[in-house]
Amino acid sequence: MPDTELHPLGRFAPPPGMRRRRWLDRGFTAGATAAALLAVAVLALVIASVLINGAPALSWRFLTHNPHTSAFGVNTGGIANAIVGSAILIALASGMAVPAGILVGVFSTQFAGSRTARSIRFALDVLNGVPTIVTGVFVFGVLVIGGRQSGWAGAVALAIVELPIVGRSAEEVLTLVPERLREAGLALGLRRWRIIVSIILPTAVGGLLTGAVLAVARVAGETAPLIFTTSFAGPGLSVNPGGSLANLPVTIFDLSESPSPTSHAQAWAAALVLILGVLILSLIARVLHDRSVAALRR
Amino acid sequence: MDPSTVPAPDRLRLTGRFGDRVAEPALRAGSAAAAAGVVLLLLWIAATVVNQSGAAVGQFGLGFLLHQRWDPVHGIYGALDDILGTLVSSLIALALATPLAIAISVYLTELAPPSVRRPVAILVELLAAIPSVILGLWGILVLGPFLADDLEPLLRSAFGWLPIFGSSPSPFGVLNAALILTIMTVPIVTTVTREMCAATPPELKDAAYALGATRAEMVTMVVLPGARRGILAGAILGLGRALGEAIAVTQVIGNADQFRVSLFAPGGTLAGQIAAQYQSANPGLGQSAVMYLALILLASSVIVNGAARLIVARAARRSGSA
Repeated sequence: MPDTELHPLGRFAPPPGMRRRRWLDRGFTAGATAAALLAVAVLALVIASVLINGAPALSWRFLTHNPHTSAFGVNTGGIANAIVGSAILIALASGMAVPAGILVGVFSTQFAGSRTARSIRFALDVLNGVPTIVTGVFVFGVLVIGGRQSGWAGAVALAIVELPIVGRSAEEVLTLVPERLREAGLALGLRRWRIIVSIILPTAVGGLLTGAVLAVARVAGETAPLIFTTSFAGPGLSVNPGGSLANLPVTIFDLSESPSPTSHAQAWAAALVLILGVLILSLIARVLHDRSVAALRR
Repeated sequence: MDPSTVPAPDRLRLTGRFGDRVAEPALRAGSAAAAAGVVLLLLWIAATVVNQSGAAVGQFGLGFLLHQRWDPVHGIYGALDDILGTLVSSLIALALATPLAIAISVYLTELAPPSVRRPVAILVELLAAIPSVILGLWGILVLGPFLADDLEPLLRSAFGWLPIFGSSPSPFGVLNAALILTIMTVPIVTTVTREMCAATPPELKDAAYALGATRAEMVTMVVLPGARRGILAGAILGLGRALGEAIAVTQVIGNADQFRVSLFAPGGTLAGQIAAQYQSANPGLGQSAVMYLALILLASSVIVNGAARLIVARAARRSGSA
């Protein structure tokens, strides 16, 4: 087919090399589209693997019973202790990291000068870049070495992972609070702390919540900070963070390293529980984020 | 601003001087302490790792970086194999992830219909939300067998004369780790790259089209050169992520204490070795040697992340002032 037929001004001859350029353009479009498809396909593949392999081993009994090792060394119980332990670890970690992170955001947006604020942002980014295995080793070195593993140590390690996520998102949201609200407060004769507590934080609460949910979603699946700090837990249900707490990521890690197919089936089932939790939290954070940013920008 | 979100007047009632005298400095000091805490925490992490690696640093010095053996029985430790394993697996991941991320960014900013754009962007970001231990599990039970039975025999029969494809196929090895790391880094590089691509001034794009450029030519001549810094920063950030990943790598790389040229062979990385060794390391020198690995890892990731952030900050300032 001659190029002229495709040309909107058909009677003009197309410039030389147009055919080659058009094919290049098509190849380019196809390549970029294929890349995006590939990324989505990999996500679908991983989630489908977890669903297909995890669903058969998932049962009410699996969720509500503690691990129980039969005479043949096979776990015939469930992961109740790991679910409870994970919940406790995440609650403790968030209890430490969320208030601290929001305070960091308040300081850098409300009190600090622009140069200090930039340094704090940089420090948060560097902390965010510290490999979580190093965080685990650090907490091991400070809290566990010479003593014993504990839920507290695990929670502190997770809190260190959460802190920069909460801090950065708090900072981003607080800068979005319209300046005129603050000026209105000043015009009413309010002091700075009153403006922050009664105007700025309530206005930004949606965005602050987003940061917290995002941080929880991130640490719910973190294994590296926990393997040195709270990985040798007994099979029973424990709610005492003074001792080692069982948790989902380490449970999946241990089961995945085992050669037994039964363990693998249980690893998939535990992974299904974890991935559902993490993906749902991530989607919630996503929706909250868009909504709160839209509300602030209005 | 929706009026209903503005606090009701009664909540703004002026409080006495007492509140102002106590709460004002308390909030200022408390938030300043939290901010200072972030910096102190970084220093504390560094000090702890330096301190506890002291014995190994004293014993082996910088020779640790160039020494190959990891021999707890004779108390001889070296990091060279793990350093090489880290470099090879991370660089392969980066070499695969960066072009993919650029292509995805171009798709998302230039090609995708508006209704598809957001869902695809969210799905790519969700890839980063999959916990690494689950990606590792997938690497052990799904990707590993596929590599050993299908991909590696194919690569070997086609390119077996290359030493990197030279050994017999196996489910666990550097290739498996590199592919898992690729999956983890793609969303990170994409996020940064996409932002930079989206920041291309529309009048430049229109100018390119007006000169008769095809879409591909417009992207390669206008969008990508403008996003150059962002792509570089994204790639470096991705490198930082790949360097530091411990769990998924230790699950799939096979944890050999020897570096081999073939990508099919098992190997080890700094982070993976720490995860694999710490529980079993001998107290004393063994633990200190693992801390030395952590020190190398911490130093390299701080440098890598710092560099990436500086590039992003400079790019942002430049586009802000332009």
